[in-house]
Amino acid sequence: MTLSDHLPVLLVLTPLLGAPIVSLFRSISRPLATLLAAATAAIAWGLVQQTADGSELNYHLGGWAPPIGIEYEISMAAAWTVAVVSTLAFFSILAGCHNAAREVTEGREHLYYAAFLLCLAGLLGMATTGDAFNVFVFLEISSLSTYTLVAMGKGRRSFTAAFNYLILGTIGGTFILLGIGLAFQATGSLNIDDIAARIQDLRGSRTVLVAFGFLATGLSIKLAVFPLHQWLPGAYAESPTAVGAFLAGTATKVIYFQLIRVCVMLFGASYVFEELHFGTLLRWLSVFGMFVGSLAAVYQTSLKRLLAFSSIGQVGYLTLALSLGSELGVRAGLLHLAAHGITKCALFLVTGAIVATTGSDRLSRLAGFGKRRPLIAFAFVVGGIGLIGVPGTAGFVSKWALLRAAFESGHTIIAVLSLASSMIAVVYVWRVVEVMYLKPSVETDSADGSRPWALMVPASILLAVSIGAGLYSAPATAYASRAASTLWNRVPVAAGLPEPRPVHHDDAHDAAAEHGAHESAAPEGQAGPEEGSTP
Amino acid sequence: MSDGMLILACMITPLVGALLVGLTGKRPNVREAMTGLASLTTLGFVLALFPKVMAGERPSIKLFEMLPGVPLAFEVEPLGMVYALVAASLWPLTSSYAAGYLRGHHEKNQTRFFICFALAIFAALAIAFSANLGTLFFFYEVLTLSTYPLVTHAQNREARRAGRVYLGILMSTSVCFLLAAVSWTYFKAGTLDFRDGGILAGRVEETALPWLLGLFAYGAGKAALMPLHRWLPNAMVAPTPVSALLHAVAVVKAGVFTILKVVVYVFGLDLLTRTGASEWLMAVSAFTIITGSLIAFTQDNLKARLAYSTIAQLAYIVLGAALATPDAVLGGALHIVTHAVGKITLFFCAGAIIVFAHETNISRMDGLGRKMPWTYGAFLIGSVSIIGLPPTGGAWSKWMLALGAAEDHAFYIAVLMISSLLNIGYLIPVAARGFFFKPGAHLHAKPTPLSVRIPLVTTAVLCVVLFFSSSFVIDLVGPIVGRP
Amino acid sequence: MTQAAHLWHYWLIIVLGMLGLWVVIAKRHYVKKLLGLSIFQVSVIMFYVSMGKVEGGTAPVYLPGEDGGVDLTAAYSNPLPHVLMLTAIVVGVATTALGLALVVRIREAYGTSEEDEIAAADRAEEDELHRQELAEEAL
Repeated sequence: MTLSDHLPVLLVLTPLLGAPIVSLFRSISRPLATLLAAATAAIAWGLVQQTADGSELNYHLGGWAPPIGIEYEISMAAAWTVAVVSTLAFFSILAGCHNAAREVTEGREHLYYAAFLLCLAGLLGMATTGDAFNVFVFLEISSLSTYTLVAMGKGRRSFTAAFNYLILGTIGGTFILLGIGLAFQATGSLNIDDIAARIQDLRGSRTVLVAFGFLATGLSIKLAVFPLHQWLPGAYAESPTAVGAFLAGTATKVIYFQLIRVCVMLFGASYVFEELHFGTLLRWLSVFGMFVGSLAAVYQTSLKRLLAFSSIGQVGYLTLALSLGSELGVRAGLLHLAAHGITKCALFLVTGAIVATTGSDRLSRLAGFGKRRPLIAFAFVVGGIGLIGVPGTAGFVSKWALLRAAFESGHTIIAVLSLASSMIAVVYVWRVVEVMYLKPSVETDSADGSRPWALMVPASILLAVSIGAGLYSAPATAYASRAASTLWNRVPVAAGLPEPRPVHHDDAHDAAAEHGAHESAAPEGQAGPEEGSTP
Repeated sequence: MSDGMLILACMITPLVGALLVGLTGKRPNVREAMTGLASLTTLGFVLALFPKVMAGERPSIKLFEMLPGVPLAFEVEPLGMVYALVAASLWPLTSSYAAGYLRGHHEKNQTRFFICFALAIFAALAIAFSANLGTLFFFYEVLTLSTYPLVTHAQNREARRAGRVYLGILMSTSVCFLLAAVSWTYFKAGTLDFRDGGILAGRVEETALPWLLGLFAYGAGKAALMPLHRWLPNAMVAPTPVSALLHAVAVVKAGVFTILKVVVYVFGLDLLTRTGASEWLMAVSAFTIITGSLIAFTQDNLKARLAYSTIAQLAYIVLGAALATPDAVLGGALHIVTHAVGKITLFFCAGAIIVFAHETNISRMDGLGRKMPWTYGAFLIGSVSIIGLPPTGGAWSKWMLALGAAEDHAFYIAVLMISSLLNIGYLIPVAARGFFFKPGAHLHAKPTPLSVRIPLVTTAVLCVVLFFSSSFVIDLVGPIVGRP
Repeated sequence: MTQAAHLWHYWLIIVLGMLGLWVVIAKRHYVKKLLGLSIFQVSVIMFYVSMGKVEGGTAPVYLPGEDGGVDLTAAYSNPLPHVLMLTAIVVGVATTALGLALVVRIREAYGTSEEDEIAAADRAEEDELHRQELAEEAL
């Protein structure tokens, strides 16, 4: 086995083990963290390359075969997600050097970077693991470190923002745990493929229904699906700049991927969309979210909050894509995941640069900013155009994909509504542009001495990527089509365990619970390392 | 130079021009020379394409795929050629005029003005040459964004408000309706290419056709079809050369051009005449023609009056597209040319009056014609062309439109006639008061510089020239509507 | 015995969970919210633990068999959910610790840990900023 065979686990291990190391070496914590993030991103892109032909990488941790052992499952979609997440993480960490010292208490930078890497490890682990309980563990790793990171923001409001996020996040996490538990009870397995294969015979079971309910609700809280979005604006707006950029680009995206997995892989699309009609519910929530989030963004007086509320609207687009319940919908979702992640991350970084030069992110302080700092202001305009989804930006590519999916599944009204809501995006972006370019300057800047270019360099690269992908979208769309197709047409195969005992329908709930218990207890004696490999 | 390179050269020259203007911004004379150079070079390239298209060729070039199945591609077909000719030939004149105007008016940010101007021309040419709806949509948005700084040039509260209305209506209609129409078309027809005879026949249910046409007609908000016309009078706060560009050359014509092109190459004339999907659009454009003219009557501000006149005149072209008969489409295409030349003359004159006589309201311009004979003479000729009387080009386009309506929809001939009467009512008094009324004591007219006088006289002469030589448009566009 | 009564432990878990959730939502004091959160988490932990229990089953340590080997026929409880809960307990502890640490910082910064008072303080701050901006606008 060569090193490249171990990429799936190295992807998670690099930041996970890197975090304590970074916290030990205080003096070089920043370069070390940047290096580790770069290595992680490189590994993620390596995975993209390995899966580009549509194959799926199954990595058995320690050589233990599933369902007893823990499996890492890198589908194309997962590789896509981790590539986006780790790349944005790298750029956010890179940008963090602009003023980590000022935003984070002096002498605590190493802890900041350690928490950052832990958060990254959690997100990547969540996206790649094939074990349901592992999803919960990684979720909590990323969540706990996120609460810490949010609380490191300037000003006392970051504490309350972090606390609110902690409360809602933990409720969400616990719901997910409950959902996993019920799924385990019904099927007797924790391996996602295994559960998926067995769940097809248990469709009538109320346990399965409730498991789906808890998982969907928990994930919706973490994803900030309207009306469960209250934690998001505070968490994004009050956290340190680089953290805000990182969270805005990645956190909800990984959860979104989990929601796709739960709906499409775990419970099966036909169950979720045709039997439960989950799509209808999610669709209208998404539409409401799009309008409410965007409208709220229009009325914000500070830039970061404006962007945060716009994220709630954008989450609406993501869930809308999924709610269409089709392969094209998943494809649109994957594209929007990347497009919005890149754009929003860049916009938060640009906002950071604005704060670094003006000392505030209040809209009123931006009067005449276009004249004082033409480059930064222009970068914001480019990002804003990407957010609206004007042709020539990545945002347009994903919007087009969403429209295509909506038309294809016959939801013309939904397509028009989603377009109408992007009109609101025009309004909130242009409010900022107007202030920056057309209002006369009222005062001079009070720069806080940090380095705006450190934020602008990564932001410009991300914006260039967004424009580049908008003008020449073939590689991305082709990859996303293939990823969606493999994900959608995947037939889960149960691992080699005894078939579950037949279940009586009237007694499904209890019986499922019992057989689950037996199932997992039985193989205790026989399970062993996979043949031919040593743990 | 190959055809493809020639097309690219047409579009890249304004871009290079914008760059050079930016680089030489510190020295106004060099900067203006750059604009002039770029505009004349562009005109040269466009003229080089003209004989090829006249000979029935369709020069084209495909760059790369923007979206799967939607390449960024250009193809010069007759309608696009007409629009490109208008834009490219009026640009040098407008640049010369703008140089004189901005200096006379002591405007700030002149460099930004010329850069955005060149960008707008670039976008207009790209729209003209688009080979598919995707490319057209892309550059349509570029045009909106590049003209926004021009509209808000003054940077005061009023300009901000106008900019908001401008961007709000144009951007939201295009993002909402036009994009919906484009995507609907793509997912039904499987392509976005402009093809002779249309791409929709048999692909979209006939009951849905009026809706799709509506999305296109209102999605192209630049066509200022009522009730989405408000951005146009609002954009009047812009400097007059911008108004000229907006209302005669690039922006509004991009809207009606889109509608014409969609009718001819996406729907196909047969489909529309057979199904009657455009009946409602005829009624709406007739309403816009009459109402726009009536509102123009009530405006005392000269530029505002011209703006409402533009709204009415644009609806002529939409009417031509909606009638969807060969003559009507020819009339629409011809009207793009004649209205552009006529209206730009009127705006040049209005701007000259604002800068050199400091008057904006018609009621205060009595007798001004004696002090500014060139300007007023040109204004009179422009007015005659807009009204549609011989010996100006406007006569032919109205004639063709009336012919197009005669077949099945003779009612609209009456609309055209009433509108002409209204045009006389609100345009001729301006010139008449200037020449025949007694000058007020407050009138102080400085002499107009040559850089302003030459363009406005040239365009006035063009109005007359078009009366005798407008057949080239008929020859050019005829084949695509089955009139060789 | 009816099925509902037979599943009495689920009722206990549901009551406990709802109680915890209610405390989180209804109580305005931050420490109380954390208490509620812990109760809610504990209910889920108990759910997992009860899930592993097999009726008549014994602890999952193999009983000696008749022929000197192990007895595979005996009913054993499933140890897996129990083991999983070790992790969940750790997560719960970490969450509570982090939450309490945040409450300490909030109390230092605001002088209170009542949600309403904190919200009022934030609002006052926002209003003040807004007033300043309006004053500047007027200038």
